Amino acid sequence: MTLPGQQEQKLSMDTFLEGLWRQNPTFVMVLGMCPTLAVTVSAVNALTMGLATTIVLVFSCWLISLLRKLVPKEVRIATYIVIIATFVTAVDYLIQAVSLALYDALGAFIQLIVVNCIILGRAEAHASKHPPLVALTNALGMGAGFTIGLFALGAVREILGSGSLFGLSLFGADFQPWVVMVLPPGGFFVLGAWLLLFAWWKRRKGGRALIAEGQHHGA
Amino acid sequence: MTAQVPVVEATPTTSMIKTLGIVATVCGLIIVGAYQGTYSAVAANKKIAIERAVFKVIPGSKNISEFYAMPNGIAPAAGETPPGAVKFYAAYDANDRLTGVAAEAGAKGYADVVRILYGYSQDCRCIIGIGVVSMRETPGIGDKILTDRQFLANFTALDVKLNADLSALANAVKTVKHGTKSHAWEVEAISGATVTSKAVGKGINDSAQSLLPKLVPQIEKLRSRQS
Amino acid sequence: MGHETISQIVVSALLANNFVLAMFLGLCPFLGVSGKLDTAFPMGVATTFVMLVASVCAYGLNLLLSAFHLEFLRLIAYIVVIASAVQLVEMVLKKYSPALFRALGIYLPLITTNCAVLGVALFQTAREYDFLQSMAFSFGGGAGFTLALVLMASVRERLQLSDIPGVAQGTALSLMLAGILSLAFMGFAGMGG
Repeated sequence: MTLPGQQEQKLSMDTFLEGLWRQNPTFVMVLGMCPTLAVTVSAVNALTMGLATTIVLVFSCWLISLLRKLVPKEVRIATYIVIIATFVTAVDYLIQAVSLALYDALGAFIQLIVVNCIILGRAEAHASKHPPLVALTNALGMGAGFTIGLFALGAVREILGSGSLFGLSLFGADFQPWVVMVLPPGGFFVLGAWLLLFAWWKRRKGGRALIAEGQHHGA
Repeated sequence: MTAQVPVVEATPTTSMIKTLGIVATVCGLIIVGAYQGTYSAVAANKKIAIERAVFKVIPGSKNISEFYAMPNGIAPAAGETPPGAVKFYAAYDANDRLTGVAAEAGAKGYADVVRILYGYSQDCRCIIGIGVVSMRETPGIGDKILTDRQFLANFTALDVKLNADLSALANAVKTVKHGTKSHAWEVEAISGATVTSKAVGKGINDSAQSLLPKLVPQIEKLRSRQS
Repeated sequence: MGHETISQIVVSALLANNFVLAMFLGLCPFLGVSGKLDTAFPMGVATTFVMLVASVCAYGLNLLLSAFHLEFLRLIAYIVVIASAVQLVEMVLKKYSPALFRALGIYLPLITTNCAVLGVALFQTAREYDFLQSMAFSFGGGAGFTLALVLMASVRERLQLSDIPGVAQGTALSLMLAGILSLAFMGFAGMGG
């Protein structure tokens, strides 16, 4: 589906790194919010969800990129969705086979990976326009960035809300956990706090280069 | 530059159908492959999980068999659940003697359904243990049902004997306020976690009322393990 | 476990287990479309309608697939049905209310990727609701989604006139607001049964 004159991206380190930092799905693009907030009550759940999403992302983008010249424009969204749903179903069975406990913890959100905006967005914006290896690498970076975002959330919520990390108690028996952190409001607050932190840090970096514009530095 | 189909505009429909056909076939193969490939592992996992849960609520057990209890008798569990049937697990010790029967119960708690597994012993006509299968109660409050020793002690000898004509429990299982338990068929709630405690009590009552009248008249058939 | 009454299901999905604020479904449009009240409310209604259609179709599909032991095709079947339902709504809106169609813009086809719609189908299957329960569930869920959206939009419209530190503007602020709303809705827990 490449138009004449549009260059297909060459494979480079940037292809992978793009998803990790500059276009991090969680903190920069703010996509895939539903699983981000729902399953990050513990670090293990967060990592598993990140891994599952990355697997679906990588395989879907790879297959879509392979088929990119075959798929007619009119039905491309439907085709992408079917391909993504296929890999989600496969990952769903895979997780059940590996650990029923993890499967119960993640619940319906495994199947909801299929409507994770990141995957469809990436397929449409990138995988359909680049060769398989490039698409695969980029998807890997995006998935890694998403997993990092999930982990950042899950770790904070677990440490504050349960006093543990990866199930290992950190503060001993007298710790009074900040229970709201593992409840729905906590998810919103922690993600909001992370975004606040990122915005503040970006401003500091940007402000130093834009002194003349008199930007107000948030403290 | 990449004109795949020579006459692009004239036959879009057939090329669309062809592509969708290819995609559907590939996807179908992937799904079926994944399903078949993981089937035995998933079944094994489920079996292990159930066994672990049943062994916990009926100590001393080594094997379990699944059954359905229906108004007209007991049958080994196989295939679809017949309407009106209640599924239960018969647990046996190393000598293939019946140690007890386990069944699932559930009722709506504070946030969502609280699912538990309880173990019943015919020798004392009482419930001898419970285990929580799944719950989403408030951490620190509702989830005390997992650890509160006094609450769990309710279920070491919870009276669920049947009435004279074996049609229902002689005394329905009831959850009472903390500190007011006076009968063996009452469940004392955790102070401050009444809703979740009531869910456990109600779940057990509903399940026992539905299962035991069908099971108890037939229970002698299960005394020793077949197969 | 399928034992809930209709009113319990509706109240639960609407308030105590609000789709957005408690179950984290439908967050992308919630954060994206809730800037203005005039777009938030129609978006909520459109989503509710798609949810109802999806719920009915999912119920029927589930019966069909179970009868043929094809449960592993469930996810694909559901998502295809949802995509079709959204197409339908788009066509209907385009014909009967072009202004609204233009106002909703890109967000209309995005209902397809709204976790809330697929979530309705998946949850009603997992909880083994019958037909009436499923309808009640999707109605309550959609109404709850609309409620959350409208509340959020109202607050955000007001906030546009307030002095917010630059650092906090945008999504961070929406999330903090959502957290407070979610806390408030926790007060409904235990209601309706």
